[in-house]
Amino acid sequence: MNPKLRASLAESKKEYLKKVGQSPVQDLDFTTVSGEPVEILYTPDDIADIDYMEDIGLPGEYPYTRGIHANMYRGKHWTMRLFAGFGSAKDTNERFHYLLRGGQTGLSVAFDLPTLYGYDSDHGRAVGEVGKCGVAIDSMRDMEVLFDGIDLGEITTSMTINGPAIIVLALYAANAEKRGIALEKLAGTTQNDILKEYIAQKSFIFPPEPSMRLVTDSMEFCTQHMPLWNTISISGYHIREAGSTAVQELAFTLADGFAYVEAGIKAGLDVDEFAPRLSFFFNSHLDFFEEICKFRAARRIWARHMKERYGAKKPRSWLLRFHTQTAGVSLTAQQPENNIVRTAFQGLAGVLGGTQSLHTNSMDETLGLPTEKAARIALRTQQLIAHETGVSNTIDPLAGSYFIEAQTRKMEQQAEEYFRRIKELGGVVQAVEDGFFAREIGKAAYDYQKAVEQKRKIVVGVNDFKEGNEEDEIAILRVDDQVEVDQVASLERLREMRDNGAVQAKLQDLEAAATAGHNVLPHLLDCATAYATEGEMTQVFKKIFGEYKEPAYF
Amino acid sequence: MSKPIKVLVAKPGLDGHDRGAKVVANALRDGGMEVIYTGLHQTPEMILEAAVQEDVDVVSLSILSGAHMSLFQRVRKMMDEGGLKDVPLIGGGIIPDEDVKKLKALGVSAVFGPGTDTREIVRYIRDLFEGNQSKKAD
Repeated sequence: MNPKLRASLAESKKEYLKKVGQSPVQDLDFTTVSGEPVEILYTPDDIADIDYMEDIGLPGEYPYTRGIHANMYRGKHWTMRLFAGFGSAKDTNERFHYLLRGGQTGLSVAFDLPTLYGYDSDHGRAVGEVGKCGVAIDSMRDMEVLFDGIDLGEITTSMTINGPAIIVLALYAANAEKRGIALEKLAGTTQNDILKEYIAQKSFIFPPEPSMRLVTDSMEFCTQHMPLWNTISISGYHIREAGSTAVQELAFTLADGFAYVEAGIKAGLDVDEFAPRLSFFFNSHLDFFEEICKFRAARRIWARHMKERYGAKKPRSWLLRFHTQTAGVSLTAQQPENNIVRTAFQGLAGVLGGTQSLHTNSMDETLGLPTEKAARIALRTQQLIAHETGVSNTIDPLAGSYFIEAQTRKMEQQAEEYFRRIKELGGVVQAVEDGFFAREIGKAAYDYQKAVEQKRKIVVGVNDFKEGNEEDEIAILRVDDQVEVDQVASLERLREMRDNGAVQAKLQDLEAAATAGHNVLPHLLDCATAYATEGEMTQVFKKIFGEYKEPAYF
Repeated sequence: MSKPIKVLVAKPGLDGHDRGAKVVANALRDGGMEVIYTGLHQTPEMILEAAVQEDVDVVSLSILSGAHMSLFQRVRKMMDEGGLKDVPLIGGGIIPDEDVKKLKALGVSAVFGPGTDTREIVRYIRDLFEGNQSKKAD
């Protein structure tokens, strides 16, 4: 900014703020959904110290604030990937085919809770939960059904699995091998982000240290044998859903990312070998601009730390590639059709933020799992954004906005402040054990709830505009209890039909490898191929690693 | 001087969504109640044990995993057989209206769905004990 403009702006802005300070304002909280204050107006002086080439630059160039690809959506739209899974493998396979026919371009598997915790469907802890909030997978047999008629050499598959991620990856990969598809052709993602399980999602099984070892085993194996596989999807989504603010989501997620990088380096891996396969997963919440700034800040922070702090040399290692899901927690059970609109705004923010793939929530997700129709509307929402709104014609169209750039920088600075605090606490794992994240997130969640109850924040249909709440009824998907009965019966048949001698031998090999500190993934592949169950493989690890128990506080 | 109402907030089953349970626990405490939070992954047996041991006045469950029919039923039955027949069982989570009716028929006193104002829960629990001073009076 030239000195003349600076002086004239300073004078005018002072006058303006004085004038506007005297005008009446509505009795509302002018903060983001995270409670961050926002100024009434942003002007060139708010970004005077931002250096365009240094801080923003061009798309596809360091520090990637404007996007990771030079051509962004002109090259290819984001992957439209709806998270799906319910009932049996057959039920979910049908949903996959339905979505693919509708123009979806990638798969994303939702597993049921027993699968997420490494319990077979016939385990006592699985009673009542089989197939309820995702698909029930016990062995490679279920994987065969789940992906029947889908070319695993062509499609990319994302699997939301963490505690037993390495086991489920083995089930997936073994099934592909059995079908004659080479491991190096498999493309997709295992979420495999165990740190955020302790922080927010809570589907952990083993304590942090052995869990991190399983993560580094999968990083090492995939680097060598599955070069197209994203080994970890470092996730802020669940942190945000648990109640964090946007800045906390940004900071805690990237702090987890740095912890994986450090673990990989400590395990003797070359950062440029594994970093290109790390990917991210963020929430796209209600506050439109805050979300866009968060995505932009995330790219810049990651690039800077990877290059400057960890010495990564390959530009691929500097790229923060991310999947986005709209905010489930923002959906309301009241007037559920309004959720279509909320989701559209949030999906748009993800696209303006430069996401690589997107899940748009279905309107009925506060009531149950998506019906076919609700899922179709969610997919159509993305197609509308891609093909009708015109927003993907030009890259990062909000760049240069005084507000967007000032806010992007502010979020970067706030995240850096959290990194310092986490470091002072002794790192991510220590901070988990101290309950730091749980306290921060719990407080933010309760603060938001109070803001809604005091009507400082308006939620349409919940604390205002309630007319019509009674009349809106939409269809709900129900998972029949028969799914559990059938799944248990089919598991029983599997245990009878397979070569149990071979299963036991492979499980013993797995135990020996796990105890000796060898990479367990090749042994898991052998177990999977012999039709060992997820629960049996998990049990081997439980015997050696023990189980994690979270301290209960609120 | 009467003792505060004592509420057990429990997370049954494998569901890890604890935001709601913790928000409610905070709200009940701010509403003057004594709150025991079980933490995650409780079996019906563990919930009964905690309820008996802590001698609570109300048991509340938070379930967002779709397993509510099975879990509420098992906890209610266990409470009935375990000497807590008179202790109300309430809850919340992702529970369709149709199931709320069935749960009430099974002996669940109240179900609070998404969007509930926490003050409504506080009021509901207070009302349960109003006029029942014999239970709360010291």
